[in-house]
Amino acid sequence: MKSAVVQLPGLNRDRDMIAALTRISGQAPVTVWQTETEIPDVDLIVIPGGFSYGDYLRCGAIAARMPVMQAIREKAAQGVKVLGVCNGFQILVEAGMLPGALMRNTSLKFVCREVKLEVVNAETDFTRAYAQGQIIRCPVAHHDGNYFVEAETLKAMEDKGQVVFRYAEGTNPNGSMMDIAGVVNDAGNVLGMMPHPENLIEAAHGGTDGRGIFASALDVIAA
Amino acid sequence: MIKARVTVTLKNGVLDPQGKAIEGALGSLGFEGVHQIRQGKVFDLELDTSDRAKAEEDLKAMCEKLLANTVIENYSIALL
Repeated sequence: MKSAVVQLPGLNRDRDMIAALTRISGQAPVTVWQTETEIPDVDLIVIPGGFSYGDYLRCGAIAARMPVMQAIREKAAQGVKVLGVCNGFQILVEAGMLPGALMRNTSLKFVCREVKLEVVNAETDFTRAYAQGQIIRCPVAHHDGNYFVEAETLKAMEDKGQVVFRYAEGTNPNGSMMDIAGVVNDAGNVLGMMPHPENLIEAAHGGTDGRGIFASALDVIAA
Repeated sequence: MIKARVTVTLKNGVLDPQGKAIEGALGSLGFEGVHQIRQGKVFDLELDTSDRAKAEEDLKAMCEKLLANTVIENYSIALL
């Protein structure tokens, strides 16, 4: 399956994401610059992490208004899978493609460590490689990962299985509501998550727990 | 030209860890009895128009589209 990685000024995890997608899918993703208004025919579009536009105004706020986002919105409406990691997640919520908002960590500190994630919904396009309720390891590195959503919206999201990952075993690094670490949109083809699965995909990383997200999305789950 | 000030504040019910930290710092400076600190943002702007109604309409659109995240923030507009 083909993939694309979006590049914006200030994103710095794009190389790691390109390496992960290349390793897992066997082909390099195409890269898409922020001013592009058309995205090539791909099955998965990834917005990687970093600090787009220096996190000015609000994390992801300015990137979310760039021309490429309109193109991504159109692709998502056609059913193309979209994955936003860290700043990519912040951009997706700022673009209104995912519910909620990501606020400053309650500790007010930048956190860079490993957490445990519970796979709350293993039936999404991004989590089929995992078992329901499976606990995986994953690194996080962010200052604004404190997920907030109105109670009413949260209830609807939980009923529909839109909460996909929760921080497990007391490892919530940012104070996010209900330990939420990753959510999908109503249609299930747009996933945003704060942790960085691209940094735990091969033995040299110290584990391969993050691989399942890409294997699921790229449809290359080992039999 | 019209000058304007846009104020963006967190909605009620949204936790503000920065406000809490500031409240704690004021307490440690000896300012007692200070509660409910909420940190916000202020934008001062100049608009190339003399039409106050249009200015207000444009500012509202700016807030909705960029200056505020209406999931968590309220905004108010003042023409100066």
